Amino acid sequence: MNEDILIEAANLKDVVHDPNVARLIIDKDKVLSSNLVKGIELFPEEIKDGVKVKLVVKEAEIIEKPIHLCFGITEESALQNIIMDVDVKKNASVSLLAHCVFPVAKNITHKMDAKIHVGENAHYSYFERHIHSKTGGITVLPKTNVILESGARFKTEFELIKGRVGLIDIDIQTKCKSNSIMEVTSRINGTDNDSIIIKETGYLEGENSRGVLTSRVAVRDDAKAEVYNKIVATGSHSRGHVDCKEVVQDNAQASATPIVEVKNPTAHVTHEASIGSVDSKQLETLMSRGLTEDAAVELIIQGLLS
Amino acid sequence: MDILLKTENLTLSFNGKNILYKLNLVIKKGIIHAIIGPNGAGKSTLASTIMGLEGFRNFEGEIYFEDKPIKNLGIYERASLGITLGWQEPARYEGLKVYQFIKACAKNKDKNSIIEALNIVGIDYNEYHLRAVDKSLSGGERKKIELASIVAMQPKLVILDEPDSGIDVASLKNIFAAIKYLHEKGATIILITHSLEVLKQAEYASLLCNGTILDEGRVSKIRKYFEGKCMPCPHKNIPLIAEIEKEFK
Repeated sequence: MNEDILIEAANLKDVVHDPNVARLIIDKDKVLSSNLVKGIELFPEEIKDGVKVKLVVKEAEIIEKPIHLCFGITEESALQNIIMDVDVKKNASVSLLAHCVFPVAKNITHKMDAKIHVGENAHYSYFERHIHSKTGGITVLPKTNVILESGARFKTEFELIKGRVGLIDIDIQTKCKSNSIMEVTSRINGTDNDSIIIKETGYLEGENSRGVLTSRVAVRDDAKAEVYNKIVATGSHSRGHVDCKEVVQDNAQASATPIVEVKNPTAHVTHEASIGSVDSKQLETLMSRGLTEDAAVELIIQGLLS
Repeated sequence: MDILLKTENLTLSFNGKNILYKLNLVIKKGIIHAIIGPNGAGKSTLASTIMGLEGFRNFEGEIYFEDKPIKNLGIYERASLGITLGWQEPARYEGLKVYQFIKACAKNKDKNSIIEALNIVGIDYNEYHLRAVDKSLSGGERKKIELASIVAMQPKLVILDEPDSGIDVASLKNIFAAIKYLHEKGATIILITHSLEVLKQAEYASLLCNGTILDEGRVSKIRKYFEGKCMPCPHKNIPLIAEIEKEFK
């Protein structure tokens, strides 16, 4: 019953009927179902108020279809601790789609503590989409530590654009060894009195390592956003870029703190940040095509967060 | 022929300087009317003022659209009456897909109408519909996509500010085809330009200099000012208002 609610809310109907798609569906602290495919090992363990998950992608295994993880809570009030340990072995490749679904939340805390190790020349892609209730009352505290071995590629996107944010405090740190590449992106839409804190840090330690931190945030009403993007480049010929854009409407407030540290003369890191209302030319163009101001703002923000 | 738009003693000043000065312009319904003039003549200011953009509403005089004053109307209200503007440098929209953009502007929001609007400007739907209207597109591509959004809107009055700006020779044909299409569909078009090629698309033209209409008439007459570097009067780019008034009394 609860599984059906989560499958419906996360739009996983096709996924659960496909034996070639690996999945894990969790409701609060219960593993409801799982499916494995060749090349991966999945060890879910129910713990107090949560689930501990160990995921291993074996060496040189290319997992063709994305693995679906559903971390849901079907109750109005609950605490959920997710402890993730991901190990993508050398030359392996995998992508994960995580669906964090809290459709009736009133007083929910979702904590995630993840350790991710991406082996030499391995590829790991992680897309996390949150679907929240419209009433708020949700606290989301994801903390992630990533280590990229030589030649590894890591791409992660966090998206929370449906429902109320509540309070979210993202903290992700990535250490990049030689020739590795990280791409970290967050897209969040805050309304009412939502509070958004994003802390993204990348350490470009290895020679020729590359990294981009991207944040896209829209806040309206009385919502608040604080974005801290930091890249520290110590590796020779490492390259990094920080890109933060925040759109502020009504009484909302936003801040951006880009920190760039370069400790190697051959390294190069750039940053750009913009905070403000929507661009007047964008707005006036759409209004001159017959959109109301509200509809134009909505469309511009929808694009920014897409 | 019925009058679609008329300005009456339109005067707009910035920091005490008249950018538009007692400008009287009549645009007849269903024609392509070019506004030509040198840089700084006030052409883009006139376009922005007719559209009612922010910073261009505090003017003296009046603008009438279909005999109704529109001075107190905002951009959305003017667009609802059927007025629209194509910018010299179109806006960029991070993440907003071509399909979403055209659909939002379209009167008919079905897929076929969107495909048709893009086809008219020479943009292939399948190739472009999922691309973002952002810096990944060239200026010419964005110009064509903006024009497609105008085609999809089906307006009564289209003001195109420098429609050939940033457009290569091949794409210029698409721009002219779209202008012709809009005209055939009954739209009245104002072409703001200092290009002879664009002027040739019009039937009627007005020469704007220092914020005032100096002359108007058939294109065959007004185009002669191009040959004389746009100068019908001895005071080159900066005629004194008093002299203009004297000349046209």
